[in-house]
Amino acid sequence: MRILVNGDQHDVKLRTLALALEELGYRDKKIATAVNGRFVAAAQRPDTPLSDGDRVEVVAPMQGG
Amino acid sequence: MSFYGVELSSRLLLGTARYPSPKILAEAIKTSGAEVVTVSLRREAGAERGGQSFWSFIRGLGVRVLPNTAGCHTVNEAVTTAHMARELFDTPWIKLEVIRDDETLQPDVFGLVEAARVLADDGFEVFPYTTEDLAVADRLIEAGCRVLMPWGAPIGSARGLNNLYGLRALRAHFPEVPLVVDAGLGVPSHASAAMELGYDAVLLNTAVAEAGDPVAMAKAFALAIEAGRLAFAARPLEPRDMAVPSTPVLGQAALGD
Repeated sequence: MRILVNGDQHDVKLRTLALALEELGYRDKKIATAVNGRFVAAAQRPDTPLSDGDRVEVVAPMQGG
Repeated sequence: MSFYGVELSSRLLLGTARYPSPKILAEAIKTSGAEVVTVSLRREAGAERGGQSFWSFIRGLGVRVLPNTAGCHTVNEAVTTAHMARELFDTPWIKLEVIRDDETLQPDVFGLVEAARVLADDGFEVFPYTTEDLAVADRLIEAGCRVLMPWGAPIGSARGLNNLYGLRALRAHFPEVPLVVDAGLGVPSHASAAMELGYDAVLLNTAVAEAGDPVAMAKAFALAIEAGRLAFAARPLEPRDMAVPSTPVLGQAALGD
């Protein structure tokens, strides 16, 4: 399955957001997520299915003004 | 001074971006006495650790964080970003930015009001980055905002208070609402001027971070903010058109011919 993660194409085997994030190396990281522009809370990631072409955003804390 | 029931003793809110190093940022925060710092979100790849180390660094400073929605141009982007920030930073506070114009980073006040309403209804405590427009301010309060953050001038421009009259009118119209001048300041006298108008606090980033010596500039701003606040509380003299002698004329010796 091919999805967009932060604008880059990735092939992932696993079909939930939680499993895909683990596959992509985000395990135990302080991140927040959105799928197709909608926020997905950490607790909902295991129950969030992914489909071909989904746009996943993964963000972390950064400096800001 | 309090924001959403949180008592603060420092009236300086400091941004965390654009410092020469994390060490200088930490020293600037400490020297300024700021108790609230602004933070943001960015995309992070699985192999990167940048966001993780920044988070540990900020937690180590023991300050309260005010996440922003910088870079958002639509209501949906801002609302989604606010939700991600609330989860990531574990705070209901959000500095809400909905930007319309990339040259001036001027707020899209229509989108701002709409996003503020959505977020306030969802339990967020919204700090809207707005203009000094009175009608917009009224709409933001109606939407549930209990703090307003009008710009001094465009973000990062160092121009100071572009519209003194407008900022004074805003203060006069909303005497009970905490007001923070956010953005556009360049030197401590700009911050002092905002405080002399009766503003409750000032939010700064670039003026400190990009100064030749950010730590010294952080201190200078802190002192100016304190001086401006003291001056406001001491009820300054109103400007007059004509001179008024400060030395008493009564009893002056008659020495003319």
